[in-house]
Amino acid sequence: MKFVDEFREPEVITKTAEEIRRLADPDRHYRIMEVCGGHTHAIYRFGLKDLLSSNIELIHGPGCPVCVLPMGRIDDGLSIAQDPNVIFAAFGDMMRVPGTTGSPLEHKARGMDVRIVYSPSDALKLAKNNPDRHVMFFAIGFETTAPSTALTLVRAKEWGLHNFSVFCNHVTIIPAIRAILDSPDMRIDAFIGPGHVSTVIGCRPYEWIAKNEHKPVAVSGFEPLDILQSIVMVLRQLKAEQAMIENQYKRVVPWEGNSAALRAIAEVFELRPYFEWRGLGFISQSALRIKESYAEWDAEKRFVVPGVRVTDPKAAQCGEVLKGVLKPHQCKLFGRECTPEHPIGALMVSSEGSCAAYFNYEHRKTEMVTSISSMA
Amino acid sequence: MCLAIPGQIVELFPDQPTAAMIEVVGVRRKVDLGLLQDNLPVKGDWVLIHVGFAMSKISEEDAIDQMRMLRMLGEAEFAMEEVEGYGLEDS
Amino acid sequence: MAHGAGGKASRRLVEGLFAPLLFGAASGPLGDAAHLDFDGTKIAITTDSFVVKPLAFPGGSIGELAVNGTVNDLAVSGARAEAMVVTYVLEAGLPTPVLEAEVRAMGNAARKAGVIIAGGDTKVVEHGKADSMYITTTGIGRPIPGVNIDPKSVRPGDKIILSGPIGDHGITILLARGELDLEADLRSDTRSVLPLVEVLAKAAGPGIRWMRDPTRGGVATSLNELARDCRLGIVLSEEQLPMHDAVRGACELLGLDPLHIANEGQFLTVVAPEYAESALNALNLAPGGEEAKIIGEVREPPAGAVLVKTLYGGSRIVDMLVGDPLPRIC
Repeated sequence: MKFVDEFREPEVITKTAEEIRRLADPDRHYRIMEVCGGHTHAIYRFGLKDLLSSNIELIHGPGCPVCVLPMGRIDDGLSIAQDPNVIFAAFGDMMRVPGTTGSPLEHKARGMDVRIVYSPSDALKLAKNNPDRHVMFFAIGFETTAPSTALTLVRAKEWGLHNFSVFCNHVTIIPAIRAILDSPDMRIDAFIGPGHVSTVIGCRPYEWIAKNEHKPVAVSGFEPLDILQSIVMVLRQLKAEQAMIENQYKRVVPWEGNSAALRAIAEVFELRPYFEWRGLGFISQSALRIKESYAEWDAEKRFVVPGVRVTDPKAAQCGEVLKGVLKPHQCKLFGRECTPEHPIGALMVSSEGSCAAYFNYEHRKTEMVTSISSMA
Repeated sequence: MCLAIPGQIVELFPDQPTAAMIEVVGVRRKVDLGLLQDNLPVKGDWVLIHVGFAMSKISEEDAIDQMRMLRMLGEAEFAMEEVEGYGLEDS
Repeated sequence: MAHGAGGKASRRLVEGLFAPLLFGAASGPLGDAAHLDFDGTKIAITTDSFVVKPLAFPGGSIGELAVNGTVNDLAVSGARAEAMVVTYVLEAGLPTPVLEAEVRAMGNAARKAGVIIAGGDTKVVEHGKADSMYITTTGIGRPIPGVNIDPKSVRPGDKIILSGPIGDHGITILLARGELDLEADLRSDTRSVLPLVEVLAKAAGPGIRWMRDPTRGGVATSLNELARDCRLGIVLSEEQLPMHDAVRGACELLGLDPLHIANEGQFLTVVAPEYAESALNALNLAPGGEEAKIIGEVREPPAGAVLVKTLYGGSRIVDMLVGDPLPRIC
């Protein structure tokens, strides 16, 4: 697989891991946050922690759109689809995420018309093919996904397709990073920047992290070598007492981002004054809503939305885990009340949530690792 | 937070300027090129695909550069250590 | 109820409800078929219901699956299928040619697998009360002499062999549904694995400890069940997992783990280390077993987990599948 396999080459991985060992000061503890849930998933999937010494701690950041979505939003979206004329379309990621009355998949089992789509454009196609029904696309995602939703809405308007709407939950990453850095119990040495968000927004939006907060950032790809090289980059900066934005993922990320994608966002969306994040609370200007000129396709304007607010169970310590204060297994509910099958907290609901990733890939592993060194 | 993977453009459609058939090791899907309209890719180009949209053209040159740099990791330091080992650093 | 797609939920349903109420306390770990002894006459029996959408897909259809599935359940329990009875539950309004095609497919598959269809039953339910067609097959078979399947006989150091590439069936079905708008030259792997099991039995009979066909929930779910039943750990090496390119491509694109994808024509076996080489050689020489591989081995700690080792020394735990494999974009 081109542009994938070469970045999984064992020999180079070993070499890069050695370089990390050489660069890391054994007397220092490094806390590096990978902002993006995709990185969290890759770190566990490829077992990259096994290649790092214990003084390099990877903190899993807020970049998982499913995890940070408040339960009330799911309830609101599902309440619209109670109307039998409405088809609820969403990405597979959303299907098992619980609302107070169950997940979309559970509602489907009870008779709701719930469809999994791979692309917002597939949801639009669904509307085209079902002219007598209304298709509501439950949109989630950061700046990577927002342009696709935007372009889909542009197409809906162009085609005059009126039986389609979007329930918009798009969020933006920079305010979330700021919220984490502003938190008093936070100590992070450097960031691994979200590569795929950066294909859209470019590298400039991170500059304040280097300039004002004096933290190195490496905008990173998602293959093992990408992540390891990014760790090399930030360790070199820390060693040289520098703080700048480096683009590790040059093959994909243009420094200035994607102008057409940014235009599509600007055409359709505007910032919400504030939005609630699960585990982080209300963050100002951290999410997108649909502009007045596209109101007809805005599910929140077209339908009566109850505006449900559900507070997370007090015992779940998602916020602390999200900020890296606690590790997933240190939460009181981890692996007991809260599991991927029955998630209570935000971070257990998506396979990229740090708790679910930890549960699926890491849980029980430590005891095993010692026994496998001689595997044939 | 976003799963996106490289695919190669194997077919363009003259009647649909913003659509392309892409292939990911034997799996094909029609994707939307609308987000690359400032710099439309051509057949044979590699693009990064997310939720059925091409997000970015992938630069082979940068990929090769990256691998070259990674393969050289540590070698510069080794060279320095070797030089130092021969006691030549003062010469 | 979300107990459909194999994995944890269905195991809990069986262990928590059916086993205690129906099978009594005497039953051991749940196998693919029951082996019974009637005054010295030994038979194996199993039953399975088939629900698949679409009914026909590249490489097979529900009628063929219903035969192969039951033949395979018997085969991996160490028995040769001899006869089966079938039940069709039909939704009123199902077009006759569709039904005819499936009955024909079932007949062909039975002849190919060398199993007699000894009887059957049909029920028609109201339109909307079933999804086109469900088939239940119950098969009986004769134990293959010298083969004894028991997860409790599995020992650390035993080797795990997989009969061929994984994921073809599950990905074929996913694409055939058409919702994802993906195309690939893939076919379901549905087939009887009995010929390969017989080859294995001949080459390594006394060394065979365990077999399973990794259908719903995939290889990961079958091996997790084994790990739990034998209270040992399973270690797989990722680069040894046989897989077609298109399965890999689809899994990368949709964020799925190939280890969780269903198969309908493969089996897993655990063999004693001294038999591993002869077992593998025999399988590789047999038609349809060319791509068989040793994919890992049994280790002592920790009880009940499956670990996958990557090429460069990393590792991850692979759990049973929770529910259906869903494509993800994050």
